[in-house]
Amino acid sequence: MARNTLGSRFRRVEVDGLEENSRFVEEQDEAAELQGPDTAEVDSLLRQGDMMSAFHVALRNPPINSKNPAIKEKAQAVVLRVLTSFKSSDIEPAVKSIDRNGIDLLMKYIYKGFEKPCENSSAILLQWHEKAFAVGGLGSIVRVMTSRKTV
Amino acid sequence: MAYHSFLLEPISCHAWNKDRTQIALCPNNHDVHIYKKAGNSWTKTHELKEHNGQVTGIDWAPESNRIVTCGTDRNAYVWTLKGDVWKPTLVILRINRAARCVKWSPKENKFAVGSGSRLISVCYFEQENDWWVCKHIKKPIRSTILCLDWHPNNILLAAGSCDFKCRIFSAYIKEVEEKPAPTPWGSKMPFGEVMFESTGTAGWVHGVCFSDSGNRVAWASHDSTVAVAEGGKSAVVTSLTSETLPLLCVTFITENSLVAAGHDCYPALFVYDAGKGAITFGGKLDVPKQSAQKGMTARERFQNLDKKATSDTKEAVLESLHKNSISQISLLDGGKAKCTKFCTTGMDGGMAIWDVKPLESSVGELRLVWMGWGNIYSCLGSTSLCFDTLCA
Repeated sequence: MARNTLGSRFRRVEVDGLEENSRFVEEQDEAAELQGPDTAEVDSLLRQGDMMSAFHVALRNPPINSKNPAIKEKAQAVVLRVLTSFKSSDIEPAVKSIDRNGIDLLMKYIYKGFEKPCENSSAILLQWHEKAFAVGGLGSIVRVMTSRKTV
Repeated sequence: MAYHSFLLEPISCHAWNKDRTQIALCPNNHDVHIYKKAGNSWTKTHELKEHNGQVTGIDWAPESNRIVTCGTDRNAYVWTLKGDVWKPTLVILRINRAARCVKWSPKENKFAVGSGSRLISVCYFEQENDWWVCKHIKKPIRSTILCLDWHPNNILLAAGSCDFKCRIFSAYIKEVEEKPAPTPWGSKMPFGEVMFESTGTAGWVHGVCFSDSGNRVAWASHDSTVAVAEGGKSAVVTSLTSETLPLLCVTFITENSLVAAGHDCYPALFVYDAGKGAITFGGKLDVPKQSAQKGMTARERFQNLDKKATSDTKEAVLESLHKNSISQISLLDGGKAKCTKFCTTGMDGGMAIWDVKPLESSVGELRLVWMGWGNIYSCLGSTSLCFDTLCA
C-alpha cells in the first residue's frame, strides 16, 4: 500500500541495530517438548499393512516445541515414509479421518517435505497437498506460513 | 447495497462524519480528501494537505466534529473546521517510527495512536498550555501496533499488535477523567495496566473490536483465525480457524455477531455462542448474481487451450463486489448493538455500503436461502439477520 520509492538502498539499513532493545524477543514457551512419533510403532504398523493407523500414529507428538534439529529430522523422515507408502486412492479417506488441527499439522509436514525433495517424494506430496487443501483450504496453508513453531 | 469507485489506487483509510453525509479518506498519498454526498454521487469538497508521509489512520469525532489523522511521517494532526476550512493542529507523539492507526475515545477528550515504535500514544488536551500532550503505553508491547478500539467506558483500550497478541490496556488519564468503575476486565486500572492479553492465536493481529457492552473483544489474526474473548475473573477465549485467507478488519454488529472482511474481498458473518463457547461461520455477505452461462465457440475453446493449456470455461475474475482486499469496515447506522448498515473500503479504491436487516428471532438450523433478486436471508439459532443486496 505504500508508494514505490524507486530506490532500495534503505532496505540495506539494519534498523534494529540503530536502537537498543529493538530486537524482537521470542516468547518463551513452557509447553512440553514432544519427541516426535514412535518410529518402532509406525514401522510395525507399516509392515502389517495398516496404513491408516500408521498415519495416525505418525501425526502424534509433533516436535513443534523442540529445539533439537535431530528430533525434527527424525520425525520428518518417519512421516514422509508413511506418506510415500500410501496408494493414491487411499489418500483421500486418510485426509478425511483427521480433524482440523491434524490437517494443519499434515500441511506443515508436507511443506517441510517439499523443502528437501528426494526421488519420488514431490509427486506423492503434491497428491497429499491437493487432498489436504481440499479440506483445509487456503487457511491451512496460511497457518503453515505464519506459525512460529515449525515441525 | 451500493458500491462507489473513488479511485484506482487503494483507499488507505476512511472515516465518516456524524450524519454520514461526508467521508474523509486517504487516496494512498500524503493527503486526506473529504467527499460530500450529492444525491447518488460524491463531490470532493476539501483537501487536507499537511502530512509528509502516507496517512495511515483517520478518525472523525461525531460530536465535536474534529478529525484526527496520523501518518508515516510520525505525526498526528487534529483538524477543526473554521468556517469552511479545516485547520490542523500538530500533536507531538514522541515516536520514532510511523504511526499506524488512530481512534478517538468515546467521549472525544482523548485519542490513541498505535505506531511502529512499539508503543501507544494516548493524547489529551491540556487547557493551560493549549496543546495536546501524550502519554506512552510501552510495556509489554514488543512490535508494531496495528489496530485499536476503545471500550465504551472511555478508559480501556484494546490493541492488536504484530507481536501476535491482542491486549486490553488501561488508558486512564487522571487529568481529564474520574476513576472508572470496575468492569469484567478488572477493577484496578492505573494507566498502562494490562487488563487482558490474548493466548491461543498466532499471527499478526490486524483488526480488533470491543462489543457494544464492552464485555467482549474480538480480533482477527493473520493465521486466518477470528477470536472472541469474554471478560471475567479469567477471560474466556474462543477462536475459529477458517479455510479462507486472513481477515483484515472485524466489527461487532450485535452483541453476538461479527462481520469481518479481508484478503478474500468479501465481508463474512460470524456468530459467537457464549453458551457453547464457539464461533461459527455464518456465511458470505456478498453473493453475486449468477451471470448467464454463455456457451463457448470452438474458436474460443481452441484459444483457451493455446493460451492457458486448458479449455476450462471458468474465468479468473473475482465475483465479489470488491475487486481487491477489504482493509477497513466502519459502522454507519445502529452502532455495535444493532447495526443496520456498514461500509467497507479496500485496496481496489472502492467503497461499498451494505444493509443488514434484523428479523424476528426464529429457531432453526443454519440456512442460507437464495431469494429472487439477491435478498439473502440467513437464519441462525436465536438471531436472524437478513442481508438485502438489492442494487441501488
